Amino acid sequence: MSKAVRLRVFRGTGNDPTTFRYDTFDVPAEEGMVVLNAIHYVQSRLDSSLTARWNCKAGRCGSCAVEINGTPHLMCKTSLGMYDGEVTVEPMKAFPLIRDLVTDTTASRDTAGAIPPFTPRSVSKRPWLFYQGDVERSRELRKCIECFLCQDACHAIREHAADYIGPRWVAKAASFDMHPMDGSNRSKFLREEGGLEYCNVTKCCQEVCPEHIAITDDAIIPEKERVVDEHYDPLVWIYRKLKKRR
Amino acid sequence: MSGFRSKGHPGKGVATDDASYETMTADVLIVGSGGAGLRAAIESSDAGASTLVVCKTLLGKAHTVMAEGGIAAALGNVDPGDSWQVHLRDTIVEGQRLGNWRMAEILAKEAIDRVYELEEYGALFDRTAYGKIMQRPFGAHTYRRLCYIGDRTGLELIRTLQDQVFKRKIPVMDDVEVTSVFKDPATGRVSGAFGINIRTGGFLLFRCKAVIIATGGCGRVYEVTSNSYESTGDGAALAYRAGADLMDMEMIQFHPTGMISPAGVRGMLVTEAVRGEGGMLTNASGERFMEKYDPKRMELSARDVVARSIYTEMVEGRGSSNGGVYLDIRGRGADYIKKKLPSMYSQFLEFAGIDITKDRMEVAPTVHYQMGGIRVEPDSCRSTVPGLFAAGEAASGLHGANRLGGNSLADILVFGRRAGLAAAEYARTAQPGRVAEYDAGDEMARLLAPFKVKGGQNPFALKEKIASVMWKYVGIVRSGEGLAKGLEEMLAIAAESKNLEAKGGRTYNQSWVDSIQAWNMLLVCEAIIRSAIERKESRGAHTRSDYPDRDDAHWTVNVIVRRKGRGMGCEFMPVQKPPPELESLFRGG
Repeated sequence: MSKAVRLRVFRGTGNDPTTFRYDTFDVPAEEGMVVLNAIHYVQSRLDSSLTARWNCKAGRCGSCAVEINGTPHLMCKTSLGMYDGEVTVEPMKAFPLIRDLVTDTTASRDTAGAIPPFTPRSVSKRPWLFYQGDVERSRELRKCIECFLCQDACHAIREHAADYIGPRWVAKAASFDMHPMDGSNRSKFLREEGGLEYCNVTKCCQEVCPEHIAITDDAIIPEKERVVDEHYDPLVWIYRKLKKRR
Repeated sequence: MSGFRSKGHPGKGVATDDASYETMTADVLIVGSGGAGLRAAIESSDAGASTLVVCKTLLGKAHTVMAEGGIAAALGNVDPGDSWQVHLRDTIVEGQRLGNWRMAEILAKEAIDRVYELEEYGALFDRTAYGKIMQRPFGAHTYRRLCYIGDRTGLELIRTLQDQVFKRKIPVMDDVEVTSVFKDPATGRVSGAFGINIRTGGFLLFRCKAVIIATGGCGRVYEVTSNSYESTGDGAALAYRAGADLMDMEMIQFHPTGMISPAGVRGMLVTEAVRGEGGMLTNASGERFMEKYDPKRMELSARDVVARSIYTEMVEGRGSSNGGVYLDIRGRGADYIKKKLPSMYSQFLEFAGIDITKDRMEVAPTVHYQMGGIRVEPDSCRSTVPGLFAAGEAASGLHGANRLGGNSLADILVFGRRAGLAAAEYARTAQPGRVAEYDAGDEMARLLAPFKVKGGQNPFALKEKIASVMWKYVGIVRSGEGLAKGLEEMLAIAAESKNLEAKGGRTYNQSWVDSIQAWNMLLVCEAIIRSAIERKESRGAHTRSDYPDRDDAHWTVNVIVRRKGRGMGCEFMPVQKPPPELESLFRGG
């Protein structure tokens, strides 16, 4: 295993394009090596000024999201064996650059705070009783590790960043809506503030999801249907008018 | 995907010799945003204290997300015989009588409320056929006791608490490394803390009345560990330097089952839930070896027992082809495995190319948890320094010489809440203390040193060196001779660490932040090794080849580490005796 892998890594700080460049490093290949192993090799042996965000190194925390050969990936889960020749590692483009491979994914945190929170229905019986079957729908969306690769892949965000909250946050809202004890409704929020209409269901988000969550199929489409049912259904519309008049 | 790039942060960096700082104010500063930190924040904020949470990476990434198995709480939903008394007994007896009875009592009683509270905050637990919270068996718990969310319990716990923090609009600052806790020179009480805003590279002074340390453990000081980047023992180092006591530092838990192959994933956790769901351990000749070590509880024996058993099989030449042992869950069938252990299924498939429904896993022990940490008062989580509190893995006393699986998630909820409440109450009456200008000045000089070094040590390489010394001399089985050698080498590395070099500017400079973490790691390693040298017996996670037996007559004591002059000193403190009505629970343990 004396083969070397050539890494081409983006370097630069903040919004200062004069610092932007690509550095090339040759890293000895090892069996089962992932991109993050190679980055660590660079840091401890070749160039300690290289900066990369990582944490669990087990695909559980979603910290090491970058673009590898132009596609969003987690560095800890991407085997170097998948690639022939040079491997290019760059920061996610949809988030503000801090330095090298590190971006500021907290930029969209206000969105998380704006989603109407989980609000339990009023029930008298405690502790709550509900069944395993009621859990599964929301459970899938709760696998999310908030790596934000879906936000990075989403072209609706690239074109309408100010208006569309993006797949991660639609999935979050849906995970509340599908909670068996939730008594709230996030359709109004998703339509009026979330910009859900901007998603045109190309499923880029679910393709890049490292947790294999069917974000479009199981969160975005059901939420879109709900918005249509509740907001554009003529019967519901008339019912609401009448109710208001009373 | 080219052409598009989100607007970056203003790239104006802080000069490498800039000694200015920004000041932030709060009643209660919480360092760490894992389960303990967030639960503390909720309670402190609800009690009316202005609360600020800082964390060294990002909110939601704390090591808590890695917890898989569940939360231990005696709900008795599956086994009606369970009660807080049995949970208390299990915790103390399996902690080899080193744990604090009062902390274990609080845990066993309050974990039940915390689980139901978490459910009402929105966590979606697995259910029984009758719609109650489901509970699974786990090592050395007498009854099926772990409330769980598939094998992603920690992730759900963090998200749920995160949502509660958002709901209360509690401020959280990410990417902040806290480097020191300051005390008022006149009163000796906590008056603030100092840190680095990693993103900008600027310094931060926190003026606060109370500090809660919820920074987790120190697993990264070992070469093979399930712990994440953040677990560098910062909390213990902060508290020690502020004059607080550390306790039980020699008690490092080796989780029996970590991945061993391929090399890149060595140490990655294989949840105990695999054994809880029926996984069997076998050696090279196919023998189910736990029959020799604990025929009654087999694979579900206490973690220290299982880890030592696997270790024995390995060193006595009965290991698997990659030098570990086999863990076999195939008998459960593919559907069951994918449903109950979905993360394990995909972890082996994606990282090792192994389908655990068809093939055996290969596993070996991996460093998992620090039972020791900051010495705290059981009811309030107060350290020995007024105004300084600690909760979760950073604190000590609950788990004794061996932690039961599922007790750490219970710990962070129960004691996170208590720490938040106690700190808020303390802050209500405490006067704001004074931060001495020389404290900030000295601290900035200490922190900026790596920028003045040219051609010095690489901090990433130094961290690796620390980890290999710990692995070599302070592992599962220790000896007086090895420990002495380990201490000598560690002190030599500490001398080298004065020469660590930070390369580049101050904006998100990892070589700088990792240098500071390396200093913390060295301090914690010294405390671990000195404590391990002192404890001349084998108990729980601490096994001495030169003192192979548990010696209750001499060693029913906690080893306390404290600053002594300019060096580090160890003292012994007898383990507190429980009241007679509880003592009767522990008979035979």
